[in-house]
Amino acid sequence: MARTAVPGRLSWRRATLAAIRDETATARTLAFDVPDWPSHMPGQHVDVRLTAEDGYSTQRSYSLASADGVELTVQQVIDGEVSPYLVSVLKVGEPIELRGPVGGWFVWRPTDTAPVLLVAGGSGIVPLMAMIRARRVVASRVPFRLIYSARTPGDVIYADELRRPAGGLDVHYVFTRETVRRHIGVADVNTHGWPASFEPDCFVCGPTGFVETVADILVALGHQPRRIKTERFG
Amino acid sequence: MSVSFIDGNALGGPLGEIFAVDVTVATSRCASCGRTDPVAALHVYDKAPGLVARCPGCDAVVMRLVRTPTGAWLDLRGCVTLRIPLPL
Repeated sequence: MARTAVPGRLSWRRATLAAIRDETATARTLAFDVPDWPSHMPGQHVDVRLTAEDGYSTQRSYSLASADGVELTVQQVIDGEVSPYLVSVLKVGEPIELRGPVGGWFVWRPTDTAPVLLVAGGSGIVPLMAMIRARRVVASRVPFRLIYSARTPGDVIYADELRRPAGGLDVHYVFTRETVRRHIGVADVNTHGWPASFEPDCFVCGPTGFVETVADILVALGHQPRRIKTERFG
Repeated sequence: MSVSFIDGNALGGPLGEIFAVDVTVATSRCASCGRTDPVAALHVYDKAPGLVARCPGCDAVVMRLVRTPTGAWLDLRGCVTLRIPLPL
């Protein structure tokens, strides 16, 4: 699809906010109308550009949450420059600029046959959810396991959708701020991931420190570095 | 711990406005230590006027990209080769 043809250079497109969905107290999914949007692969992202009246402009990258169409799930960052605007200010019918889809490395292709391990830290679930949704859309039988680290159950994005039983998808949660403060550890990944001998494709997305920790654990458990794909969001 | 880098994935948009192919899936060879990595796996520091991509092995600068209102500066001194997957 996108890989067989040279797709051409990226340019900014005008996108119009079409719908808003609350996911948690601080995260919202924004669905945009983007004329002539080409299809995308799960795991890809878009760059969003906001420009103020005085010409000041700033941009951020957001993962695509949907298997089709442009849906972004944005976690509000308290001191953020872009996310508070997207989560609290932008109204249905208003425009932003975006470009994409971007990135052909941190993607799952429905033609891939290896088992898949997804490890999410916080809003790092977003591109991994796109993979889970794409798996469902094509009725893939590739076995998926998801380890999702969130502060509390109330911080779980897509909670209802993940609660619905899906054949071949196992979900395990690590809550880091519930009764005790804890972090994801070797035991979580060892017990709820795949053995390295199964040669799974591993996708890890979250804050930089989280991704470092999980990637180190996977390597220590014997997974080949080239099968570990990471996306850090700083 | 003050690591504040992100992955080379983030170069996809800025490089995508220059090149017609997705350079993040290319394999780059570090001029300092010779290690090869997908561009998407380089360590990118973005809290600066430009983007600085470093080798995950030796931390040497592999790529620098600065976008100005009228052009883009791309410094590839730290990159010996870029192997870009291309079908015939």
